[in-house]
Amino acid sequence: MHIPDGYLGPSTCGVMGAAILPVWAMALKTVKKTLKAKQVPMLAMGAAFSFVIMMFNVPIPGGTTGHAVGGVLVAILLGPWAACIAITVALVVQALLFGDGGITAIGANCFNMAFVLPFVGYYIYKAISFNSAPDSPRKVIAAAIAGYLAINIAAACAGFEFGIQPMLYHEVSGHALYCPYDLNVALPAMLGGHLLVFGWVEALVTALVLKYLQKQAPELLYDGRT
Amino acid sequence: MKTLTKLWIGLGVLIILSPIGIILPEHFKAGSAWGEWGTDEMQKLVGYIPQGLKKLSDLWNAPMPDYAFKGWEEKGLQYLSFAYIVSAIVGIGIIILVVMGIGKLLARKDD
Repeated sequence: MHIPDGYLGPSTCGVMGAAILPVWAMALKTVKKTLKAKQVPMLAMGAAFSFVIMMFNVPIPGGTTGHAVGGVLVAILLGPWAACIAITVALVVQALLFGDGGITAIGANCFNMAFVLPFVGYYIYKAISFNSAPDSPRKVIAAAIAGYLAINIAAACAGFEFGIQPMLYHEVSGHALYCPYDLNVALPAMLGGHLLVFGWVEALVTALVLKYLQKQAPELLYDGRT
Repeated sequence: MKTLTKLWIGLGVLIILSPIGIILPEHFKAGSAWGEWGTDEMQKLVGYIPQGLKKLSDLWNAPMPDYAFKGWEEKGLQYLSFAYIVSAIVGIGIIILVVMGIGKLLARKDD
């Protein structure tokens, strides 16, 4: 889901950058109000976890690869605003250091994976696990569903951003200038892989770690939120 | 053991296991992620390289492209696995420093 440089045209990059700026500002403001000094290591852990989870590329045999983001788990444990900051740091390091995701697409990639994903996941988790005990199986199921749906909605956003490119930018010859696949191809391609495989990986990662924390560190499920 | 210590150990295990993320795709002959092709692959897929994409695709020269060392592209999987683990360690090291820095600026010192 890491859109590289050259797949999105300049105006799309501009719009996505303009869209993520107020989110970042709000995230910094919210986290400044709520983050306690002793929670900073957990925030670093969240960013590091998301980074390393994204390195686990899962293949569709003979097809493409994809990966979980781990961002829904971070949002459940630290709140969506803190998750936004943690995932943003991971994505920026991936782009700058490893060329994973484009420099010009940082706005779009952060919008999809550091904003849409943790927020959708967090609120689905909250809605399903509402009022359940910290050690209840319902929380685990809620985490799985939230992980699955959130990464799929984020993938759909990426598919949409890819898919509008041929319409926005093309040469007289009809050749695309940036991403050559339109919505009819990009949206099903991005969604297909995530609905079939990568969504389940996100669901599994989110639910398994949550279940482990219920047993080993239930305090994180009470007040770890920022 | 403190919870945070357990989690850091868990993270260390994930770092060591991370080469699974390149070994499995290789084993199952899976290609790039959708929409993350290089220009050569794009040429094969659609028969031309979109001009804007061509211009922007090498805009940034990452120091460790694709979680490997420069010039290691043709090396075997065990070399790439090693580079992958080093990448994970370097990446996570920088991430921890950055988040600690952000935390210092933002976090409340009381309670």
